[in-house]
Amino acid sequence: MTSTMRSVVAPKAEDAPTVAGAVTPPRRRGRAKRRYRLTPLLLSAGVIVLMALFFIWPGVLGLTYSFTSYKGFGPMNFVGLDNYTKLAGDPTFYAALGRTLIYTVFSVPLGYALSLSLAVALTNVRARGKTAARIIFFLPWLVSPIVTGVIWRWMFGENFGFVNYVITALGGGAVPWSSDPNLSLMVVIVASSWAGAAFNMLLFIAALNNVPKSYYEAAQLDGANGWQRFVSITLPGIAPTSVLVILLSTLGQMKEFAMIQALNNGGPGTSNQLIVQYIYQTGFAQSNVGYASAASMVLLVILMVIALIQIAINRKATR
Amino acid sequence: MRKKSGEIRRSILPTTMLWVLAILMAFPLLWFLLSSFKGGGELFTYPLSFLPREWTIDGYARAWERIDFVRYFGNTIVVAAITTALTVFFCATAGYALAKYRAPWLSVFALCILSMTMLPGEVILSPTFSVVRDLGFYNSLIGVILPSILTPTGVFMFRQFFITVPDELLDAARIDGANELSIFFRIMLPLARPIMLTLAIISFQWRWNDYIFPLIILSDPKNFTLQIALRSLLGSENIDWAILLAASVISMIPLVLLYLVFQKYITSSDINTGLRD
Repeated sequence: MTSTMRSVVAPKAEDAPTVAGAVTPPRRRGRAKRRYRLTPLLLSAGVIVLMALFFIWPGVLGLTYSFTSYKGFGPMNFVGLDNYTKLAGDPTFYAALGRTLIYTVFSVPLGYALSLSLAVALTNVRARGKTAARIIFFLPWLVSPIVTGVIWRWMFGENFGFVNYVITALGGGAVPWSSDPNLSLMVVIVASSWAGAAFNMLLFIAALNNVPKSYYEAAQLDGANGWQRFVSITLPGIAPTSVLVILLSTLGQMKEFAMIQALNNGGPGTSNQLIVQYIYQTGFAQSNVGYASAASMVLLVILMVIALIQIAINRKATR
Repeated sequence: MRKKSGEIRRSILPTTMLWVLAILMAFPLLWFLLSSFKGGGELFTYPLSFLPREWTIDGYARAWERIDFVRYFGNTIVVAAITTALTVFFCATAGYALAKYRAPWLSVFALCILSMTMLPGEVILSPTFSVVRDLGFYNSLIGVILPSILTPTGVFMFRQFFITVPDELLDAARIDGANELSIFFRIMLPLARPIMLTLAIISFQWRWNDYIFPLIILSDPKNFTLQIALRSLLGSENIDWAILLAASVISMIPLVLLYLVFQKYITSSDINTGLRD
């Protein structure tokens, strides 16, 4: 009942800025002004409706749920900040959040290094076979998160995987890739870097092509070697793209769900349960919608803080 | 002659680096693909061999029998194609409005879209589920399609493109008395064809591989999309790898074909503005 009411309220709130826009002082001639005012509204109408329905409404609803003991059906009982105080003392929540942070802290730099290496290798004028290599580099992008998980689970199987086969063939002992929590997380990190490399590579290629060639020529005349040129010309030259890639992959890794579900299902046990899986488990498997929504709100705040910090860094860097 | 051999020598290092990376990137896929042609027994017998000792499509036959691929391909194509068409259309219109018109509410609108990138909808699962349920689309493909149409990435791709289209073009059309909407549909939209194609391919890939929304919204197995159907193979403790490998490979075929046809539109286009979804 309450939710249907909110459905009426949310789009209205969304329309408010449009109404405000309509009473702004006229620009030039009266007739043109009216025409130009209506057209952008018509053109954006679809997106505004979709945004109100599937972004603002769920957002407001989630915030409301987080103050209730809602179970997904029946009445919503207002419980104040109970969910948040319970969350603050919930070791499972901290474990999931901590694991997600560890995962992000390792997978973002690895993914960054991998995608930048691919882009550098592809933009080198002297390298041969670039067209074929570009197609190969891009293939992992086509693979769904579920299949990515399956592929790496297959590579790192404890008793049947290729990696352990090579290790034992070289005289080592089988490595417990799936029964050791940390090793298991490592496989997830490698898999995510592999899967995400192609897209970031495209961003880097565009950035690398925009670094003025004359800088490199000048540096070469001054006797700078390849590594020095990379560090003092390439890296500063692509700094804005680096910030973008790091921001996007941080946000992406924080919400990792599908791939890890297929790879180790948050295991062994629940040791690698990441935050979105935790929210999914509490919200859907245990029907603790109110509690899960509180966890969602905490995650949203964390994501927002990450985004704002990186935007601030970017502002500073580009100034 | 001498110059040429020197050039070859200098290209050895970059070429080696490129191909070492290519092998590293391709190996997991290749190993997976080759394994899918091995018999159930050979999959787990050491020593492993790179190429199957005995090529068999037994896994594929069993996977085809176990999973109703025709139905799941059908569902997935319906979802991916309809969502993609709507995504391209709505992102183009909104991106154009943001690029070519000025109004205070448009800045607020742009900010809302930007915040969508930072606050992904996947995170607010339960409320989104409630919204879809209250709209009456629980367990229907429409319920999967509607929430995923709007992608901030797409809006920004079009906005960025339309900013580069000179305003003079717009003014000239206005002086000729063209209606604002017909300027958009007759002049601007055709200009944006490359962006439309790029976004269409990217969006189709996203929707083909989507997992979390179909998972929570679809409950009846006959409405499942491919990814959700694949998940059912992972559920049990003892995974039947022969089936899983083959089924995974089958699930990738349509996208790989699509990519091979259109690859130049994705890998060569400057999708600098293409923030990831």
